Amino acid sequence: MDYIKAFIIGGLFCAVGQIFIDKTKLTPAKILVGYVVSGVILSAVGLYKPLAEFAGAGATVPLTGFGHTLAMSVKEAVDQHGLLGAFTGGLSGTAGGITAAIVFGTAVALIFRSHKK
Amino acid sequence: MKAEDYQNLSEKTAPKSPIMKDIILAFLIGGTICTVGQVLYSVYYDLLKFNVTDSKTYVSITLIFLSALLTGTGVYDKIAKYGGAGTLVPITGFANAMVSPALEFKTEGYVLGLGTKIFAIAGPVIVYGTTASVIYGIIYYIITKFI
Repeated sequence: MDYIKAFIIGGLFCAVGQIFIDKTKLTPAKILVGYVVSGVILSAVGLYKPLAEFAGAGATVPLTGFGHTLAMSVKEAVDQHGLLGAFTGGLSGTAGGITAAIVFGTAVALIFRSHKK
Repeated sequence: MKAEDYQNLSEKTAPKSPIMKDIILAFLIGGTICTVGQVLYSVYYDLLKFNVTDSKTYVSITLIFLSALLTGTGVYDKIAKYGGAGTLVPITGFANAMVSPALEFKTEGYVLGLGTKIFAIAGPVIVYGTTASVIYGIIYYIITKFI
């Protein structure tokens, strides 16, 4: 059941993204920025957490989930460290993903050749 | 064949609107990537007994690793031709958006080519995501402290 929920909710996030691609002139970069910022805002107003609890990876794997992790990490850090947490929470909470993307990205770029002609 | 007949025929045999097809493909491929994420979560949380936060981070790291590898081998871009937003919106699309330009611009040098272009799309995402989270953090601090 968890898998079906992840499939449907995750699929819906992507279907909405496809509408943005087909119906607007937004570039992929702008769409991704929109998703991350939306994730932060939806988390801030308390809407994303229940969705993430319901859909699991269906809500955390789309890039809105990255925004959700940013917001939840900031909230937790502010609870623990006060105002300082606003500055330390976001990147601490997402450090694993960002570092993985930098390191694996660099390794792959060094090892492989571009397929684009 | 009369013009009207031809139009009727072409309406009958034409595929559904390409936009509808794009949306369905994005739904199916994006949904599949999220399901893979859910399977990975089960492995880390249920099988390996990591806590919730660590399991989620491991899921992200694993998906990013797979995406980087599939981008390097050229497979991700082939899936992306059909997947559209289904391969863009998940975290794998974020990783692809880092690896792809890094690979392509490696020829312009390891510092200004690879090192700069790796953040061509990821840069703005991190800039605005982090800024939004700091704004939220400050508002949250004020609300919990003074109101």
